[in-house]
Amino acid sequence: MGRAKLPRKSTNIDMTAMCDVAFLLLSFFILTTKFKPAEAIAVTTPSSVAAKVAETKDVVLITIDKDGKVFLSMDDESKKEVIANTLNTTKNLNLNVQAFKKAGFFGAPFSGLSAFLAIPEEARKGNSLPGIPSLDSTHNEIKEWMSLVLSAYAGQKANIQLKGDNASKYPAFKSVIDAFKKNDILKFQMITNPESVPTGTDLWKLGMKGEKRAE
Amino acid sequence: MAEMDTSSGGGHKKGPGVKKSKKLSTRVDLTPMVDLGFLLITFFIFTTTMSQPTAMKLYLPKDADKPEDQNKAKQSGVITILLGKDDNVFYYEGILDNTASNFKSSTFKEIRNVLLDKKSRTPEKDLVVVLKPSEECTYKNVVDILDEMAINVLKRYALVDITKDETQLVKLSEAANAAAPAK
Repeated sequence: MGRAKLPRKSTNIDMTAMCDVAFLLLSFFILTTKFKPAEAIAVTTPSSVAAKVAETKDVVLITIDKDGKVFLSMDDESKKEVIANTLNTTKNLNLNVQAFKKAGFFGAPFSGLSAFLAIPEEARKGNSLPGIPSLDSTHNEIKEWMSLVLSAYAGQKANIQLKGDNASKYPAFKSVIDAFKKNDILKFQMITNPESVPTGTDLWKLGMKGEKRAE
Repeated sequence: MAEMDTSSGGGHKKGPGVKKSKKLSTRVDLTPMVDLGFLLITFFIFTTTMSQPTAMKLYLPKDADKPEDQNKAKQSGVITILLGKDDNVFYYEGILDNTASNFKSSTFKEIRNVLLDKKSRTPEKDLVVVLKPSEECTYKNVVDILDEMAINVLKRYALVDITKDETQLVKLSEAANAAAPAK
């Protein structure tokens, strides 16, 4: 009388399903990753504890690069068209409206704007451009740009954002603030990198209590 | 490991005389492929920066043309912070006296304690922080000090232009610090 033979089970596992899952995840991650577009103006932003994510619609972005040069960019093409037409009629700049609409950013004084638009888009690099003149208080072109922007938006909400380089000096920032103030823009956002709140500070305690932070 | 059912047709008996060819296994070991897949996934997850830029809001006061329209602040509750070049920070409480004896030098690390100390000594409604960035300081300094306001939950602060005397003082103290470095 022998004992009943236990059937021997194979220890092999079918890996095909796991392989499928792995590659499915892989393709998902690859396809959903958005690449950061190469920026024409190199700016490293400072970090802050601000937790609010920057708006991405109706953005009017003022960029200050490390040499204090100021650039302006907008995402709404119809508003840019309005501005181009206004500039053509009031200042006789003979701008190419189509090129103006397509331009990613503006970084030239009004007098050199048509020459700026003639440069192909790929060749417009922040460090080779003059920027919008702002430091001279009597001839602060940012002020005029902002009033153009405001009139183009005409009552609609524009998200005015300011992105400055770590190394840019304060006078450039101040001239932009002054231009904002002159146009009664008293609220704007500063683009920063997120940073965690240092532990033990008052803000951290507020966060621990679960209170919502005033923005 | 990985197996595929290759016995299609249910294993018919071959007729007599038909030579039995050696059957090669079509089973492929998929383990290394799974390894590779997960390796790539981990790589993509770690190299993707999830950081979206955040926005810090700043409200500017409207320029008051007439002096009587300007906000008044109690002298005892005011602390003025001056930003110099090379990340130097200076501060004084109340009004700067003639001999500048209350003009003190600090750093970005220490300024938090200074602010907290001031905050604990002053009633909340009187406390006003005046920020005066000099021409030499960088944008990063300004954002850092504004951030410091947020970190220490100081509700009332203002960005004010620096005066000539203060610029002089900042320059002098910087020169003194450079000549005789602390420690």
